[in-house]
This record gives sequence, C-alpha cells and structure tokens, in this order.
Amino acid sequence: MMLEVKNLHAKIGEKEILKGIDLVINDGETHAIMGPNGSGKSTLSAVLVGNPLYEVTEGEAWFNGKNLLEMKPEDRAHEGLFLSFQYPVEIPGVSMTNFMKAAINEKRKYQGLEPMNAAEFLKLQREKRKIVELDSKLANRSVNEGFSGGEKKRNEIFQMAMLEPKLSILDETDSGLDVDAMRIVAEGVNKLQTPETSCIVITHYDRLLEMIRPQYVHVLYKGRIVKTGGPELAVQIQEHGYDWIKEEIGEE
Amino acid sequence: MASEQQYIDLYEQARQMVFDHAPEAMNAVRDQAFEDFKAQGFPSKRVERYKYTDLQKLFAPDYGVNINRLEIPVDPYEAFHCDVPNLSTSLYFVVNDAFYHKVQPQVHLPEGVIVGSLRDNPGFIAKYYARLAKTSEDAVTALNTMLAQDGLLVYVPKNVKVDRAIQVINILKATPQNAQRQVPDLMVNRRVLIVLEEGAEIKMLFCDHAADDKNFLATQVIEAYVGDNASLDLYCLEETHAKNVRVSNVYIDQQANSRVNHNVITLHNGTTRNKLDLTFSGEGAECACYGCVIADKQQHVDNNTLIVHKVPHCTSNELYKYVLDDQAVGAFAGRVLVEHGAQKTTSQMTNQNLTATREAHMFTQPMLEIYADDVKCAHGSTVGQLNDAALFYMRQRGISLAEAKLLLQNAFINEVIDHMQLEPLRDRLHYLVEKRFRGELNKCEGCKLCK
Repeated sequence: MMLEVKNLHAKIGEKEILKGIDLVINDGETHAIMGPNGSGKSTLSAVLVGNPLYEVTEGEAWFNGKNLLEMKPEDRAHEGLFLSFQYPVEIPGVSMTNFMKAAINEKRKYQGLEPMNAAEFLKLQREKRKIVELDSKLANRSVNEGFSGGEKKRNEIFQMAMLEPKLSILDETDSGLDVDAMRIVAEGVNKLQTPETSCIVITHYDRLLEMIRPQYVHVLYKGRIVKTGGPELAVQIQEHGYDWIKEEIGEE
Repeated sequence: MASEQQYIDLYEQARQMVFDHAPEAMNAVRDQAFEDFKAQGFPSKRVERYKYTDLQKLFAPDYGVNINRLEIPVDPYEAFHCDVPNLSTSLYFVVNDAFYHKVQPQVHLPEGVIVGSLRDNPGFIAKYYARLAKTSEDAVTALNTMLAQDGLLVYVPKNVKVDRAIQVINILKATPQNAQRQVPDLMVNRRVLIVLEEGAEIKMLFCDHAADDKNFLATQVIEAYVGDNASLDLYCLEETHAKNVRVSNVYIDQQANSRVNHNVITLHNGTTRNKLDLTFSGEGAECACYGCVIADKQQHVDNNTLIVHKVPHCTSNELYKYVLDDQAVGAFAGRVLVEHGAQKTTSQMTNQNLTATREAHMFTQPMLEIYADDVKCAHGSTVGQLNDAALFYMRQRGISLAEAKLLLQNAFINEVIDHMQLEPLRDRLHYLVEKRFRGELNKCEGCKLCK
C-alpha cells in the first residue's frame, strides 16, 4: 500500500475544509479526484504535501509505512511525494538550474548519496526536458518567471521527471492548457508511469482523464469522498454535472 | 551627553604633536576644522540626517588616537589573507589611517598617475583638500579633518585610463605583534582624495578589514573630483567585526558628461554609517549608486545619501537593498534634490528590504525635492518578508527551509551585485554573500582564528 488516508480532517484558519477523507492508493494505480469548486480537492493535496497554511485536526496519513503528518514538507518530498501545483510559484532571481540542482542534491543527501556532478546533472536535465518538450532556454531563466501558462505546467512535469517521485499529485495540471499542451503534459505523465509509481489526478474535465487513464475516479464533495467508481464516472460527470450525485447522497 | 569634549581636550593638549606629524596642506585647514567641530558638536538624533544613528553614543567611549604616528607592525598580506583574495588588482594597503609604504604593487601605473600618500604630494593637494568636504557642515567631517594626519591620494591626469583596478585594503590593527601589554581601543581617521582630470578613468575598490579584535572607531572622508567626461568606479566593501564602528562621509563632484558608479557593500560589521553627498556640477553626467547590506545579531547599518542635480540633463540611479536578521537595525535615507533650472533630470531611487525576524528593524525614507518642471523622477521603498509561497514551493521540491531561505535571500541581494561593473569583484561577491548567509563569514572574525 502506497498511501493510506484515514478519516482526515483539516482546516484553514477557523474553517474546516476536509471532514473525514478515506483513501487508499496502491503501487501502480492512478486515481482521479473530481468534485465541484470549493469541495476540498486542492486542500487535500496541500495537506498531503504539508503546506503549513493548513492544520490537520484529526485523522492519519501513511505513506509507504511512514507517518506522513509527522514529516516536514521537504522530507515528504524526499520520500517520494510530488505535487504539480495548480499555480506554480514564480521565484525571481533563482535560476531553474540552481533550483533543480538544490532539489536533486538535497534528496541525494537524504538518501546518503554524494551530490550529483555538474556533467551528470546537465545530461539528466537535457534528457528529462525532452519528455515535456521544454525549451532549453528556460533553464537559465528564473523559476517560472515570465513563463507562459503552458510552460509553467510543462515545467512542473519536467520537475517531476527530474525528481522521479513515487506518488505524484497533479492539481488541475490541465487548467489553462490548450489541447496540444495538454497532450504533451499527459504523454509526459504517462511516460513517467511505472508499476511502482502512482498518481493522483485532480481535474474538472474528463479530457485529461481520456489521456491519463485512471483506474478509480473519486468525487469529493464538502470535504468528503462521496462516490467512487471507474473511468465511466468521469464521463457521467462530464455529461450530467454533479447534481445527480448530490441527490444520491440526499442533498439538493 | 557631551562626547565632543574629549576630542576638544585632546586637540587643545596635543595640537602641536598633530601638526608635527602631518603635512602642511593638511595642517592648513586644521584649526578651522577644530573651530567648526567645537561650534557644531556631534549632531543629536534630532538632526535630520543623523536621526537613525546616535553619534553622541558612538563617539563617547575613550579610544586611543595614534597622534605620534607610532608604527604598528603588521604584515598586511597576512592580515588580509583570509577572505578577500587577489582580484588581479593593483594592491595597496592603508594600515589604520596611514598609507603603507613598505608593500606596493609591482605593476606600472600609466604615466602621471599617482596612487600614494597625501604626505608625499604636498603642493598638489592644497588645491583640492577639504574643499568638497566642508568642515562647517558636518561634525564628523570636521573631526576627521582636525585629526587626520595622512591619507591616500589618487590622481589620474587628462585622458589617462587606468585599466587595472586599484584595490586598497584598509586594515585596522591596534595590537603590535608580540605585544607585551594591553593596548587601548583605537580610533582612526582615514582620508582619501581622488582627482580625475578630464577624460580620466579609474576603478577603485576599498576593503575594510579588521586584523584584531579590539574595539575600533574609524572615521573616513573621501573626496572625489570627477572631471569632464571622466569615469570613476568607487566600491567600498566592509567586512569587519561586531566591535567596529565606521562613520564614512563620501563627497563626489561630477563635471559634464562624467560617470560615477558608487557601490557600498556591508557584509559584516558592528555599527556603520555611510553618508554620500554627490553633486552634478556639469551637464550630461550620470551616476549609479548601489548598496547592499547583510546584517544580523545587533548590527546597525545606516546609509544616507544626498544627490544634488544642480544642472540639467543628468541621470541618477540608486538601488539599496538590505537583508536584516535577528535584532539588526537598518536605515536608508536618500534625498534627491533637483535644483531650479535642472531640467531634463532623470532620477530613480529604490530601496528594498527584507526583515527575517520580528525583532529586526528597518527605517526607510526616500525623499524627492524638485524645483524644476520638466524632470522624470521616481522613488520607492519596500519592507517585507520572504515569500511564503516560494518557500513552500521549494520545500515541496525537497529543498530544506534553511536552504530555501538562503536561495531567496541570495536572489534578493544578487540584483544589486549583478549591477556591478567590476567583474572579478562581482563573482567574488556572489561567493562571499552566499558564505555570509550560510554564517561562515563570522567564523573568520578579524582573522584571529586563521593565525
């Protein structure tokens, strides 16, 4: 079992957003999480990666047998958890190369390995950039600064390729992408899939899910997972919206 | 508090000794400087340009002054060996406040160029000495003029370009090697006169370095005359220690179409006050004044600038950045004065600051005063913290909080350093700044540990 979330509650400020999430993800699985705006999808991803803005009030989260909630965000990353941000952050003055080098070498330090030498690093960077067809010029620019919306999202997947996480969470990676960019991103994610890695895809649309085919689709609503199904659930939601699910659980 | 009294007493008692050990041109203005100092006294914090630094307090302790010019033996190469490497510059030393004759670079300066002691060029300096630095207008300048007995002269004749940068290491050292008894804390009064004739060019780098761990009080007056179409780069790097007080007054006069780059970098210090008075006297001149400050613990850094646009068509650009940690205090007060008739002036002043803790304090006061109606002037200031979203983004990628902070602080300061024209210094500063943020520069306090 890669990830096990039990009865997870979390709040931001005084507002409770997650009200008891249960989720199990095994090696090699892809799960989609859908749900209306404000249902807690991004909060779930933020809590899993340890964003200090959110406070966990109840419940547990285990990642490959380790207590996720007791770990610092950087250690969660070292253990193999990756979040593709819905809004990647611009960091003026820090070059993409220095940023990635720091990330890779801190992970290696955590694993007890020597820092990667410069030649090896550049080679790795070149290989991984191809996966998402990212322009090499971006390597010398500051992190995400002046990147287009599409470049930012591709840059997220590039970082994922560099860090080779065990579990990747893609938080609305498709938002703001044109059809071609979405295909590049989806193909990139598919290329990085192995029987040992898993993926959580948060999205509003089934288009991305046609390209990254999940085995499970969950619907998150008011801080709980209210329905779980196969890929067909995404198609139903695309056609009929969420009202029928709300009715099923006894709401307007 | 009447901190000035001990200096008045000292002068009255030791006037003859001061005169005996100083060149005539410096003595010529000395009594007037004394009268001006006595009349003014040290400014209180109610005086506008001194409101962020308590001079009364800084000058109150009892420091020794080396009036008899006793030689304090020092091996300058050893003393400064540890942090500032050879930048392939022409290297000179000023030990405390005396030009150091024993070691001089083996390079040949272009013909007519002088880099040497004020003592060795008496006729020349009378024309320029203490003209820009008016003793009637600033008590520290008056005090410095009243006590300074030696200093550095830099002269570049017409149309001569000095390619190789001139590096001057200011070494503070109170304790002779193998000293048998305790020596007092030391006050030094440094003096620099720079004269660039028409079309002359030179790059100067001053590095302040403390070679032992006594308390030091260093006053400094730099006067720079920059002639028509001349170019001066003036870099001042301070890397001293927590027991050092530095009060520096820099005066620059720019003639037509001249260019000045002035950079003040405070990497490690105790209490520092840097004042810059720059005047555009000729049209078409430009200046770029940059400063960066990294301070922590109880360090105090106050930069005060005044840029006077007397004539039309001049451009001034200022960027000062501070990173303050622990209980450090920073101040920046900049004033740009555009006088009547100084049309087509372009001026930009920016001060940006990061405070890393709740106890760090930053005072910022950008000021514009405009008496012309066709100018383009802007000024702005920010004080803030590191971007939480960026920090978290980095941590999610596995970069530790400490390392993420370091990367962001580095990026912040690098904006200033990237502007620096002197390339070897720029590269070196990138390295030193990172080291400073890692806390590794502190370990080399006054080179004590390296010996």
